[in-house]
Parts: sequence; structure tokens; C-alpha cells
Amino acid sequence: MSEYYTDGDPVADTKAPTGPINERWERRRFTGRLVNPSNRRKLRVIVVGTGLAGASAAATLGELGYRVSNYCFQDSPRRAHSIAAQGGINAAKNYRNDGDSVYRLFYDTVKGGDFRSRESNVHRLAEISTEIIDQCVAQGVPFAREYGGLLDNRSFGGAQVSRTFYARGQTGQQLLLGAYQALERQVAAGTVELHTRHEMLELVVVDGRARGIIVRDLVTGEVTTEIADAVVLATGGYGNVFFLSTNAKGCNVTASWRAHRQGAYFANPCYTQIHPTCIPQSGDHQSKLTLMSESLRNDGRVWVPKERGDDRAPADIPEDERDYYLERRYPAFGNLVPRDIASRAAKAVCDEGRGVGPGGLGVYLDFADAIGRLGKDAVEAKYGNLFQMYERITGENPYERPMRIYPAVHYTMGGLWVDYDLQSNIPGLFVAGEANFSDHGANRLGASALMQGLSDGYFVLPNTISDYLADGPFAAVDDDHEAVAAAKAAVNDRIAFFLGNDGDRSVDSFHRELGGIMWEYCGMERTDEGLRKAIGLIRDLKAEFYKRVKVPATGAELNQQLEKAGRVADFFELGELMCIDALHRTESCGGHFRAESQTEDGEAKRDDEHFSYVAAWEFAGEEPVLHREALEFEYVKPTQRSYK
Amino acid sequence: MKLRLRIWRQPGADAKGKMVSYVIDGVSEDASFLEMLDVLNERLIADGEDPVAFDHDCREGICGACSLVIDGQPHGPQAATTTCQLHMRKYKDGDTIDIEPWRAGAFPVVKDLVVDRSAFDRIIAAGGYISAPTGTAPDAHSVPVPKADADAAFAAAACIGCGACVAACPNGSGMLFMAAKVAHLGLMPQGQPERHTRVLGMVAEHDAAGFGGCTNTGECAAACPKEIGLDVIGQLNRDFRKAAARAA
Ligand SMILES: Cc1cc2nc3c(=O)[nH]c(=O)nc-3n(C[C@H](O)[C@H](O)[C@H](O)COP(=O)(O)OP(=O)(O)OC[C@H]3O[C@@H](n4cnc5c(N)ncnc54)[C@H](O)[C@@H]3O)c2cc1C
Ligand code: SF4
Ligand code: FES
Repeated sequence: MSEYYTDGDPVADTKAPTGPINERWERRRFTGRLVNPSNRRKLRVIVVGTGLAGASAAATLGELGYRVSNYCFQDSPRRAHSIAAQGGINAAKNYRNDGDSVYRLFYDTVKGGDFRSRESNVHRLAEISTEIIDQCVAQGVPFAREYGGLLDNRSFGGAQVSRTFYARGQTGQQLLLGAYQALERQVAAGTVELHTRHEMLELVVVDGRARGIIVRDLVTGEVTTEIADAVVLATGGYGNVFFLSTNAKGCNVTASWRAHRQGAYFANPCYTQIHPTCIPQSGDHQSKLTLMSESLRNDGRVWVPKERGDDRAPADIPEDERDYYLERRYPAFGNLVPRDIASRAAKAVCDEGRGVGPGGLGVYLDFADAIGRLGKDAVEAKYGNLFQMYERITGENPYERPMRIYPAVHYTMGGLWVDYDLQSNIPGLFVAGEANFSDHGANRLGASALMQGLSDGYFVLPNTISDYLADGPFAAVDDDHEAVAAAKAAVNDRIAFFLGNDGDRSVDSFHRELGGIMWEYCGMERTDEGLRKAIGLIRDLKAEFYKRVKVPATGAELNQQLEKAGRVADFFELGELMCIDALHRTESCGGHFRAESQTEDGEAKRDDEHFSYVAAWEFAGEEPVLHREALEFEYVKPTQRSYK
Repeated sequence: MKLRLRIWRQPGADAKGKMVSYVIDGVSEDASFLEMLDVLNERLIADGEDPVAFDHDCREGICGACSLVIDGQPHGPQAATTTCQLHMRKYKDGDTIDIEPWRAGAFPVVKDLVVDRSAFDRIIAAGGYISAPTGTAPDAHSVPVPKADADAAFAAAACIGCGACVAACPNGSGMLFMAAKVAHLGLMPQGQPERHTRVLGMVAEHDAAGFGGCTNTGECAAACPKEIGLDVIGQLNRDFRKAAARAA
């Protein structure tokens, strides 16, 4: 192992308050320093990203009176990937009187994360969850309602209480539009300056503080330096390292990775979530995978034929020749087991040769029972838009033939390391939303990413960043400052390299190949042997990439291939770190399944004695340095998860 | 299948554009329309040519980025379907397909099939929101919203801001987009205090941004991938008349 990394000093979250868990957030808000309202307009904050985390943070910081510059690479802030979230957002409102509470949401999230997250952070998230719903309703987010006019809730992703708020299958869209509208209101008010079609390509660190970014205007190609008193990255997750994922095509790791290369620790990179209900791949042209909302598992039943190689049409397979394997293996939770368990179970039956559809990579999600029980109209009212989407993509009618689903990469729990204040180890660099590692441990519960993004952006960051900004404004930084000039030169050199390279292979062809390696060896199941192999393959492919990649046209125009080239270059380095992280963590936990560490019946087996820590990696060229942050559990005692 | 594509190529905002023909072979009927263009671009790169620029991101019909006029129809032939959700099984071997960008005065071409839709953001900034600064909200259950109103608001809020309505309109009007937002917010109790200032602000910005006027041709609703109906325009007009009368 030591051939891949070196051990460093432990790292600690020095901002985390102590005392009773339900008082910690209040204490932190009280002990953190404030910035006088009249001083706020002297402080400039860069927010990169306009998804739920970025838009909510930028809008709120603008409302508070800071001068905010906000960036996204899409043509409008409203198109950030958050727009695609379907199922819902959790909150401990207990509107259903079904036994929910802040403590229960906290407990479920710590357990769901397989005891690899921080108790303080998670409790804060659960506390804030209720305020988020209030905030969004006040903005006019059209959540689903019942006939009495009150908000509807559903149970989601294996939760035994109904705490999920939703807006049909478009919850992310409606929440993001709320944040986007708040953001545009601040643009009109002059507190936020918006820069669309701009991509951050480097972080500027001056005298140990994050002081700005280098951005490229994607339309003109101009590369400029932006200086501020603090930088917030809300740049989303890195699932696209797998090429095929449910993420939008533009999702990438560049902002986080550039910060990592400047010294920011990257935590738990190997924790990825594979979502069990996606539409299977149909051919080599496949450019992304589409998620079918998890809510489908509330009424759909998952099965495969009992016999391997049974290629009869599903309707011709009699009841007693079907294996409803989730109901069989997990009688208590049935089709609603957590995502990682459902995904691995699907892989297991396909590995046995019992999968259905092209290449045997699929399982059925069958609504026949639900249609019989509730009627077609009721099923259509609940899932009509999802069924329609499925039919558009596959050409098959799910009312008549069971859907085919297969797991796909969906979410990344890992991300830049942050303390309780959401500040990375580089002072002045804050990280929010999916881009940080903070709250979900080794596995995220359904409907909890939207909650975390909005919690970070609306409520946590605007409160914690003031403690840092209280020392500002910081000294002016000129464009010819050594650190600025170096960062800018690095960006320009990289662009010049890609455009000048005398290659013959497209960026996508490399990305697809890298994704294949990651999926094979660092996907649903990982082994020592496979990961070592993957590291070698990635290194070879990376060398090939720099030799043979071809980027047409020039840098002084809209050049989508050039954008992709930079992103894929960073994915190579990230992919290698993911494999090293997965290799060093010889236990299984949450979404990280090491074949060597399983219980007798094939469940993930944690090793708390050796791995109850956050792995925070420091960039050091080929051999990263591992800093461990020990995790302590005062309230929820680690147990082996069981969903039997 | 084998197809002939005629695609609008325009190197930059100020450059002249023209239709260019390409023949593409071996297209799978399971591929999406954009995946078909990916395949074309891979080939162009291999041949040392500049690939076709087009906007896209989610590829599942929700972000509103994709924006192609296909055989004269914004988002192509399939009703209630964005370009990215259109699949090649709609086409057959030997077809010729014309692919152009949105064409509208308020949406200048950036490159090839990519246009600048930032005018939509400016319309929202001019009033398309409810002022509710973070932290000021009452409990979510303090104001019940009748289900019918909530559902109608949701239907209007489903707009993805793609701009197909503008591309389809002979006048290049942004009325359907704007009216969808006015209806969404105006149907909710939270949206009432700013109901009048909202519609006045948004309409003024819409007109200033260079969108044309609405003459009720209905082309917008026919092209809309989210089936936003013309009724929202009726509501905008009523709100606008009331607000203008008050302001006078
Ligand atoms: C299909 C799908 C469905 C989902 N459904 C749910 C659900 O039902 N419930 C739930 O809780 N979660 C869900 N999730 C997860 C959730 O949507 C995301 O985790 C969350 O929205 C991420 O928000 P974010 O603000 O952190 O990042 P994003 O929304 O990804 O935003 C990233 C922003 O950063 C910008 N950006 C990135 N890099 C750069 C750069 N270098 N320069 C400039 N700008 C940059 C982008 O332009 C964008 O504005 C779903 C995810 C997927 C893929
Ligand atoms: S109204 Fe329809 S066509 Fe117009 S922007 Fe909205 S979704 Fe697109
Ligand atoms: S790419 Fe997002 S709607 Fe088509």
C-alpha cells in the first residue's frame, strides 16, 4: 500500500463545538464573530456555482449586503444540475405525526451514512431542515399539497416516516427556481454580479489565503483574474468521472480539483453512490444514464427470473418462476432497502446470469400488482411523467411490460474537506453542497442532498463565513502578484497545450475509456487486486491522453472540446486518487464495498477499529498524503446496519 | 440507419452562417438525437474539422439547455418532448434532417446552434420572484394553499426556460415564458403583494429586450415541451391591465 501514498499528521475539525448536540449550532452562531452591516459592502465574496448550494448562498450573502460575484458554466444559473433532482427533499417537520423528529432524522442520517459522518454536522442539518421548507414555501415553491391545502409528504428511499416534501417528479427544479429567483432579485438589487458561461480554471492562493479565481469566458475565450476576500465553491459532484452517470453532461470536478492541487484536502473520494433505479444502457452511443425516481420502489416490485438465461417475455414467466429477490432477502424492508443494498443485489443477480434485457444487465421493476391494486389511473397520477419518460427513452410501455432498471453512478459523498464552518484547510476557501464531503458519510439517504445543499447555502455558510470575513477586507492583490501570475500562466499553458497537441483521438473517447475502468474496478464492488490494476490502467491511459488527445479550433471562441479536455484531464487525476482511497480502506462501508470485507450473507462489513475516520488527502504529485480525522460517536452508537 | 443532415454552421456571433450537409451512417434507433450529433462530432474531430456546437446539459428534458430547430420545428416533431429526449426511432433510413438554432431577435446566435438566452434571466430579475429574504419565513403551514391553486401554479412553474416558444413565434415574442412565471407566482397567496409590480416590471423588460409582441398565434404553446397552455397569457393580460390601470 505504502507504494501509493504516505501518512501525514491527523487533521481535526477545530470549529466543531462541544456540549449537548442540540445546542452546538446555536453555540457556534454565538461564538462566531459577526461583520457589521456597514462593513459588509466592503467585502467581496466569490461564489462559484449556481446550483441549490451556490444560488442560495449567493442570494443570501447578497441580501446580507456583501458584494457577491457568482459564476456558472451554463448559459443561465437556472440550468445547474440541481434542476434535475426528481424525488424530494427531507425535513423533520413531523407534519404526519408519525414519530418523526429532528433527532430521528439525525439518527437515520448517521446510520444511513454507515457511521462515517460527523454527528455535529448531521444534527445541524436535521435542525435546519425544517427552516428550509418554510423558506421555500415563502418563495412560492409549489410543493405538492393535499385537499385541505396543507403540504403533502411521502416516505422515500427506505425511511419509515413520511418526511419527504416534493413537487411531483420535479422537486429539484422547483427548489432551484426558488433559489434562482432569489438570486436574480439580488442581481437586480446590485448586490450580486452574475457571470454565466464562465468556467473557473484555477484557485488563487495568496499568503496562505484563498483570494480569488482564474476564469475563462467560454464565449470569447478570455482568461481573467478575479480577486475577493473569500471564495465559495459550490460546484457540485464528480460522478462523471465514470463517464456514464445520471449527472448532467457538464458536471465535473475541475473547480474542486484545482483547489485540491493548491492545497485543499480532498476527503473520502471513493465514497460514491450507485443508484439502483436507472434505465439500462442501450448501446455504444450512450452518453448518459437516466434515473427513474426512487419513489417508484414504493409501488414497483423488483424481480428477475429464477433460472439463469430465461429469455421469455416477462409476461410469460409464471409467478413461481420469478425471484422477487429484495422481498426474499430483506423481508422487513423489501423493495425499499437503501440504495447501496438494492444496487448490489441487482448486480449480484445479473452476475449470476439472471439479468434481463441487452447484455443481461437489467432487472424488472414491475407495476402489475400496483395497477391491479390501485387501478391504472391512480398509478398514472403518481408516476405518469416517469412512465412517459421511460417510454420515450426505451420505446417500451411500462403499463404493459415491466420496466427494466440497472444501477448507475448517481452521487458522490466525497468532496473537499471542510470543517464545521464549511471552511477547507485553506483559510478563506469555503465549500458547499455536493462539492464538500460533509454530511452523508459513506452513503447518502434519498432526498437528503437537496436538504444539504440548501442548508449549506441558505443557513450555514452565510452564518459561518462572517467569522472569517471579520478579519477582512484583506490587502489588495494586483494582477502582477507572483501567485496570481503563476496561476494565470498555468491556465494559459494548459489551454495552449491542448490546442497545440498533435493528437488524433477525441476527448470523449478517452473519457469513455476512463469511465469504463472506474466502473469496472472502482464501481459497485472493489477488490485489492482490481484497484491496483485500475491505478496502472489509469496511469497508462493518462499518458496516452496527453500524447494523443486532439482538440480542434482555437481558444478565442466557444470551444466545447477545449472545455471537456480540461475537465477530463482533472478526472484522470481524481480517478487515481479514488482508487488509492478505495484501496487503502480495506473495510466495506456504505457505498464503498470491498469484496474482501463482507458478512456471511454478503452484506458490507465495517471495520470500526481501524477505519472510523475521514480520509483527507493532500495533493503531493504521484503520492498523496493521508490525513486522518477521527470520528467520534457520542449519541448514535455504531452498529452493523441491518435491513433484514 | 443512414441520414443526411443539413446543419447551420456559423463560426461566431458576427460571422455569416450557412447550411452545411453531412452524411452519417450507422445511426442506432435507440440513440437520442443529441447522441446522434455526438457521433457526427466524433467523426468531424477525427477528420480534423470543427465539431458542431450545441447547448445541452441534463439530457433528460429538465434543464432547458438543448435548443434545436429540427425540420423547422423547435425541439422537433414529437409533442411535449425536448430535443434531448427525442430518439432516432422517430426517423427512418434515408431521411434528410435540417438542424438550425433558435431564431429570434432577442436570442442572437453565439456559434453554430448555440444562442444567447440571457434576456430570459433579465425578465426574471425584473420581477419574476417573491421577495422572501432568507430567514424571514413563517411556518410552512401558516398559509394553506387550496390544492387546485397549488396544482395550477405547479403546472405553470413547470416551464424550463428553454425558449422554444420564442423560436416558434412569428413575432419572436417571449410572452408564454413570461406569462408562465406570472401565473405561477400569481396563483399562490405568497405572490399577491407583488402581483402588480411584478407584471409591470417583467413586461417592460420583455419589451426592452427586443422580444416581439403577442398576436395570439398559439405557435408557442404548440412548441412548448412542457405543455404550458395559452391560458397563462390570458391571466398575464388581465393582471397587466389591472396593474397598469392602478399605476395610471
Ligand atoms: C438525476 C438526479 C436526481 C436527483 N434527485 C435527488 C432528489 O430527489 N433528492 C435529493 O436530495 N437529491 C437528488 N439528487 C442529488 C442532488 O440533485 C445534487 O446532489 C444537488 O442538486 C447538487 O447541488 P449543488 O448545488 O451542490 O451542485 P450543482 O447543482 O451540480 O451545481 C453546480 C454548479 O457549479 C457550477 N460549476 C461547476 N464547476 C464550475 C467551474 N469550474 N466554473 C464555474 N462554474 C462551475 C455549475 O455551473 C453549476 O452552477 C439527484 C441527482 C441526480 C443526478
Ligand atoms: S413556456 Fe415552454 S417553450 Fe417557453 S420557455 Fe417555458 S418550457 Fe420553453
Ligand atoms: S439537455 Fe436539458 S432539457 Fe435537453
